[in-house]
Amino acid sequence: MKNEQQSTPKMHGPAGRGGTGEKAKNFKKSIKQLLIHLKPYWLPIIIALIFACAGTVFSILGPKILSKITEEIILGILPGASINFVKITTIGLWLVVLYCVSAIFSFTQNFIMSNVTAKISKGLRQDISKKINKLPLKYFDRQSYGDILSRVTNDVDTISQTLSQSLSQMITSITMLIGIVVMMFTISWKLTLVALVSVPISTILVMIFVKISQKHFRNQQNSLGEMNGHIEESYSAHNVIKVFSGEEKAEEKFDAINETLYKSGYKAQFFSGLMMPMMNFVGNISYVVVCIIGGSIALNDITFIASIVAFIQYIRQFNQPIQQVASIAGTLQSTTAAAERVFEFLGEEELANEDDKNAVIKNFKGKVEFKNVCFGYTPDKEIIHNFSEVALPGQKVAIVGPTGAGKTTLVNLLMRFYEVNSGEILIDGVPIQDMKRSYVRSLFGMVLQDTWLFEGTIKENIAYGKPNATDEEIHKACEAANIDHFIRTQPGSYNMVLDEDANLSQGQKQLMTIARAMVENAPMLILDEATSSVDTRTEELIQEAMDKLIKGRTSFVIAHRLSTIKNADLILVMKDGNVIETGKHEELLAKNGFYAELYNSQFTKKHAEVDET
Amino acid sequence: MLKLLKYLRVRDWITIIFILGFVVCQIMLDLELPDYMGNIVALIQNQGTLNEILIEGLKMLGIVAGSVISTIIVSYLSARVAAGFAKRVRRALFTKVNSFSMEEMEKFSTASLMTRTTNDITQIQQVTTMFLRLALSAPIMAVGAILKIVGKSGTLSWITAIAIVLLLAMLITIFSFVSPKFNKMQKLTDKINGVTRENLTGIKVVRAYNAEKIQEDKFDKVNTELTNTDLFINRMFSIMMPGMQLIMSGLSLAIIWVGAYLIAGGNLDLPNLTIFTQYAMQVLISFLMLSVLFIMVPRAFVSGNRIYEVLKTKNKISNGTITSSQEKGTIEFKNVSFKYPDSDDYVLKNISFTVNKGETVAFIGSTGSGKSTLINLVPRFYDVSEGEVLVDGINVKEYDLKSLYKKLGYVPQKSFLFSGTVEENIKYGDENASDEQVKLALKTAQASFVEKLEGGLNYHISQGGKNVSGGQRQRLAIARAIVRTPEIFVFDDSFSALDYKTDKALRKALKKEISGSTCLIVAQRIGTIMDANKIIVLDKGEMVGMGTHKELMENCKIYQEIAYSQLSKEELA
Repeated sequence: MKNEQQSTPKMHGPAGRGGTGEKAKNFKKSIKQLLIHLKPYWLPIIIALIFACAGTVFSILGPKILSKITEEIILGILPGASINFVKITTIGLWLVVLYCVSAIFSFTQNFIMSNVTAKISKGLRQDISKKINKLPLKYFDRQSYGDILSRVTNDVDTISQTLSQSLSQMITSITMLIGIVVMMFTISWKLTLVALVSVPISTILVMIFVKISQKHFRNQQNSLGEMNGHIEESYSAHNVIKVFSGEEKAEEKFDAINETLYKSGYKAQFFSGLMMPMMNFVGNISYVVVCIIGGSIALNDITFIASIVAFIQYIRQFNQPIQQVASIAGTLQSTTAAAERVFEFLGEEELANEDDKNAVIKNFKGKVEFKNVCFGYTPDKEIIHNFSEVALPGQKVAIVGPTGAGKTTLVNLLMRFYEVNSGEILIDGVPIQDMKRSYVRSLFGMVLQDTWLFEGTIKENIAYGKPNATDEEIHKACEAANIDHFIRTQPGSYNMVLDEDANLSQGQKQLMTIARAMVENAPMLILDEATSSVDTRTEELIQEAMDKLIKGRTSFVIAHRLSTIKNADLILVMKDGNVIETGKHEELLAKNGFYAELYNSQFTKKHAEVDET
Repeated sequence: MLKLLKYLRVRDWITIIFILGFVVCQIMLDLELPDYMGNIVALIQNQGTLNEILIEGLKMLGIVAGSVISTIIVSYLSARVAAGFAKRVRRALFTKVNSFSMEEMEKFSTASLMTRTTNDITQIQQVTTMFLRLALSAPIMAVGAILKIVGKSGTLSWITAIAIVLLLAMLITIFSFVSPKFNKMQKLTDKINGVTRENLTGIKVVRAYNAEKIQEDKFDKVNTELTNTDLFINRMFSIMMPGMQLIMSGLSLAIIWVGAYLIAGGNLDLPNLTIFTQYAMQVLISFLMLSVLFIMVPRAFVSGNRIYEVLKTKNKISNGTITSSQEKGTIEFKNVSFKYPDSDDYVLKNISFTVNKGETVAFIGSTGSGKSTLINLVPRFYDVSEGEVLVDGINVKEYDLKSLYKKLGYVPQKSFLFSGTVEENIKYGDENASDEQVKLALKTAQASFVEKLEGGLNYHISQGGKNVSGGQRQRLAIARAIVRTPEIFVFDDSFSALDYKTDKALRKALKKEISGSTCLIVAQRIGTIMDANKIIVLDKGEMVGMGTHKELMENCKIYQEIAYSQLSKEELA
């Protein structure tokens, strides 16, 4: 189930496919990494490339051979001669074979490349998915989900498109370019020289237009980004804008962005649209010049007409590969940028390998000890200073304090989501740093404020921590969690699929996560603000379920409402990352310190006045 | 989609006619070219002079130049028309969405409205440009080229026709196979996004339950399906290019081959044969372009319809005319009921109460009891189904909306801030607020943290307010409402992200600073509302209790239940 709001339309969408703008920071490195990724497929790729070359060569030979027929016709209609149909038929049949073979070659080439590309992109996606689970949580603190998601989809798509098209296109274009020049030379070196003059002109034109349109595409991309931002802001704050009569202000800003977008948009369209006609123009000029010069030669040698006809076909094709190479250069640029983002992600430092950590707890009791623990999310800012405390087997330890005090940090350390900077945490005397992460986590059941359920049946969700759980175990857990009745009233009962359409309240979801923890049946428990997002009547149900869950287990409870933890065996009061008070409820109240203040501010005015900070 | 065409102004239509003219001009010129080439061939055959050839050549150059100029003009004009069209549709859409009430926003969902305003519009802009260039030129080109050929040789025309049919048959076959897969592809991409997002949002749970493998298997399943679909599409496309090439080459071969017999039989001469080859290719290419259009246009139609669907939505909430009132700061609900138009169940049933100037009235009840909906009736985010809501003695429906909003200081459940400085955000409440007023509002809202921010009041809030914490956002949103000095405050569960201490300090300060204003508060915590003049208890849309904390503790069972679940008996005494 998705708790996050829908991803907003990113600039990478169809709107952003300008194929420009993004540039790789390290072009060579990214290309190299991409090539390393291609290595296992070198054989099919090379075969495909050979086929591509062969297919192109054949298609180039076509017009030249075809011109032989024209030649025969011309010779045939000379006064007194007749057309040699035997010869024409032979040539024609040869051409049929040639065309078919050429088509088969290009088809095979495309086919092989699609297979290779599909495999590579599948592999890349899989690598990313696996990588997600190997990265330290620290990584996700600084990276947005949208960013990672766009690597899985957009970036991999970009790479696969390039691989399936650009790679073979590049080879065919170059083969074609060379082939056509060779063919033109065999027809007439004079005409060829004329035609070749157009190459530098076309190239320069292409470069100019690519440059200009890239600039406008970038501008368009920027305005589009700004536009998306403004629209997102306006639509999601719709109510606020209405009540504060901010429509005009929002529309003014919209108009300003819309105008820039319009200007950069039509310029980008215009210049990129100009490339084709300009190339055609250059092509046409050489066409005309060839006609004139060819014509003047043909005045003395009438069979030369056939050569001109063939030559013209080549000239028509001549600009195509130049144009393709230019556009491939553009795609290649955005591809390396995409590849760089993907490989950057894949290259992130992973969690340390723990194959050699084999410490286990032989005789489990459930004593948890923090010993001189220091920790900070960033190295320069330590937020837990030299913290020591012991939780005895079966105790309920509550962690309280204002928002941002670092309550969740302790849990993060306990679960080894983050590693301590110094000091150690021991479970029954064994340091958790010596155990495998998966082993530490198997010791704890966990219920979080964020009621994360996934898309799947209720049963699958509840058996998440123990996939082989029996139906009976699941039903029992749900009964204990006061959710069995609700589930049974749903269409499909335990097999109901939870997805976005499933209409579950926050409280119902929370009860399911409790049932999930019950099924896992881990020896210790962590409850992190499990009831803060539900209304108070549902909270009672949840509280009741949690009390059953806690029984006999060492448990760590983070709570918003202090009334729920009054019976805790040990209360840790945190403020600004420090544990400033510890003790039982009554002891702490008697101290009349921060806890007492916190507790009293919740209910009455009898005690300590609230300071104005 | 076609209804959107009204966003083209008369000027645009005239421009389109110009575009059409230049397209015709360019194509006619292009089609002339092979004729001249034929002339040269004829000249050579008839032993013409070099000069004659040169003259023909120069004419060709003129034609080429004319053609490219026309093309440039067409490109320019069509880009402008398309971008202008997109600009006006986008603007219309944005204004329309701004005028929506919550009901319409919910009907479409914010995410969907955003895609419509951004991606869908870009889509139709691109297609419009394409359309202006290709859709106009392809048929003209086809017709022109066919006209050139038609008289020249019946047999060869038939051959060309067959080639066209073959080409279209191939494209139609491929696309009929591929296009359903395209939809599937889109769904699978969404799904792969979904699975990845699921893994990311639940990363702690996934690791706590050592369930990495389960997530990876799930991903694998979708990934394999995606890859297979992708492979199918690409394999189908592998046939397309070689197939097209084959048909084109085949056509040239067939024309020359058959042409040879025709010439031998005296039914055709050489110049016509050379010209025919080239025109036939033009015809084929125009049909190719047309078929591309047929693939693109339906997609644009989908986008166009999605946009039009929003534009044609009738606004449920209409503006009134009253701009001022005699009374100040009073609210009355008279037998108010509310239900969503297509649902049978009432969200609110027969609610009546009055609020006097300066009073604080609180609403409490479990999730789904209708308390947020109730106060959303005051700013007319929804309109009542039955009964009436009076503000300052006048039915809210009769107010000019702006005048109604002027009376209100609204703090939403989700505290949206705008990108810009803290000061700009506070002054969003009242542009003319003095520095003193801004400071006082911040102080009242317990937002002293602003001083610690880099730049203080000039601290730049990023989009969505992501660079301040939830509690800080809420306090800034409250300050924004305070600076407005409204007659009536509406707090829609606006204290939830604050810890108890701040909550309490804030209420104390509010009481001091805004004592003259009327307050409506929706809250979860009893502590937040214990001091209210009047507390209204809601349960499943019905009012089950009204009174002060003390009264309700005595006579309202649901209120007691809520209270006891939060506080212990001694504390409530």
